[in-house]
Amino acid sequence: MSKERIKISEDLYDIMPSDYQDLVKSATYGKEDRGWKDIGSSKELIEQHSLCAGCPESMAFRYILASLPNPEDTVMVGSTGCTSLVFPMVAVHNIHSLFGNQNAIASGLKRALSVRFPGRVKDVVVLAGDGATVDIGLDMTLQAWFRQEKFTTICFDNELYANTGGQESGLMQKGFVAKMAPVGKLFDKVRLPEIARESGCHYVVNCTVSKPSLVEKVIRNAVHVAREIGPTYLQLYTPCILEIGKNSMEGLQEMRDSEKPTERFAYKEYVSEPAKQLLAELAAKDKERKAAAKQLAGQASA
Amino acid sequence: MSEYRVLPGPEHFLPPAAASMGIQLPNPGEAHINGVIAPEEKAYEEAARQFLMAKVPTIFPGPLVLWAWNEKAAKKATAIRHLYNTLKECVQPGQHAMLIPMPDYRPKYPKINPEVEINPNHPNLTIWHNKIDCCMFVGVHCHQANLSLKIIRGGTSCYTIAMCAQAGHEDAMLSFRDASVEKIMKLADTIKRLKGTVQPRLESAKNGASS
Repeated sequence: MSKERIKISEDLYDIMPSDYQDLVKSATYGKEDRGWKDIGSSKELIEQHSLCAGCPESMAFRYILASLPNPEDTVMVGSTGCTSLVFPMVAVHNIHSLFGNQNAIASGLKRALSVRFPGRVKDVVVLAGDGATVDIGLDMTLQAWFRQEKFTTICFDNELYANTGGQESGLMQKGFVAKMAPVGKLFDKVRLPEIARESGCHYVVNCTVSKPSLVEKVIRNAVHVAREIGPTYLQLYTPCILEIGKNSMEGLQEMRDSEKPTERFAYKEYVSEPAKQLLAELAAKDKERKAAAKQLAGQASA
Repeated sequence: MSEYRVLPGPEHFLPPAAASMGIQLPNPGEAHINGVIAPEEKAYEEAARQFLMAKVPTIFPGPLVLWAWNEKAAKKATAIRHLYNTLKECVQPGQHAMLIPMPDYRPKYPKINPEVEINPNHPNLTIWHNKIDCCMFVGVHCHQANLSLKIIRGGTSCYTIAMCAQAGHEDAMLSFRDASVEKIMKLADTIKRLKGTVQPRLESAKNGASS
């Protein structure tokens, strides 16, 4: 697995652009404990991107790509929106679906992968904006959960249609006035995390991406639970700084302000009983593995 | 037989697929030159002549040979490097042979670096930037090669050659089929043999910068 599959032909190595050489040399494909701490010391799975300066979505992308437990065997499914500007620069297999269709595509893909590669773990991760997840694609989102499809759905919630200039979305907060929604939102933010729980998701988290270690934890949990048990859902606040009138340096603070206990992105987590059991088992195995590695290292140095 | 000929462009913003104009693929042992079926031997000569005439003859290796998927791919990569080295030795002062990779097919927006790579979704940028007037695709999956060849024919005056491992490409101006290490080496030998017999079009070059 991992880097064994991505070798550059020796005779043409020198003409490969440096980003590909770096991916082969120092990306963390196949590393067991990969995570956000690899950022800076290894090649990230995202090259340049075309998002706005300081966009929290770009932070979220970096943390998620650093945290996927199995990137070489993961296929991500995206949809129309700011995220679709980034996927061409991502070194993980990905599919761009029709607007809103992402969970239907992922359902078929996950089933096809399990038939085509029966002996191999293949993860499917949907990553779409709130418009694709909650408005245009709500049907596909919910139906995938009802059917207990085994993949993770991540919603980058920026609470409006940012890419097209600021129209109202279902996840916009009540009363918010956007550039192209001058009347202000008349009804409440759709409570998709609760809907996800009731629709059969086994692991649901609502949070911001201000803390990379937290993003790492929820991504790993969501992927593992989806792999073994059933659908999982993460709603991550990635504010559009342009549309809410912030400067490029203020995205992080905006997320911190929005995750306070009384705010709409206070950390909320739901874990089903089978998922709890699975995560406990994985944590125990991880602990065991780390202890063994430590012991081995101790023996080697003695 | 179709009267349509697959010639260097710029043809249209959106040129027709050559297949839709009646151009057929060659049978084993054959090639096509400008859409006309020809013996493979003749195609080696013509491809070598086009390379030796060009101001910036360029080879575009694709993912099937850039990445060492298996032993065969690695051997083809070695042959391509040999072809490039031969080309470099055989061109005259003023000509500039290039070897530019197409590492994958991601649409790499908002930009690619046309000095170091070519992308199938906007190959014209690399052609224009480097003023490439003759190029050869090798190791590119058919659907991506077709897309690129059409874009190049539509927007540039570059002469295109396809060294295809399958059935060939109608949209190239010259196409081999069933590409193998031996065929790539044979093309290199032909270039070597024709060295000095072909006049480069250095002065009159209408390079790939046409628009």
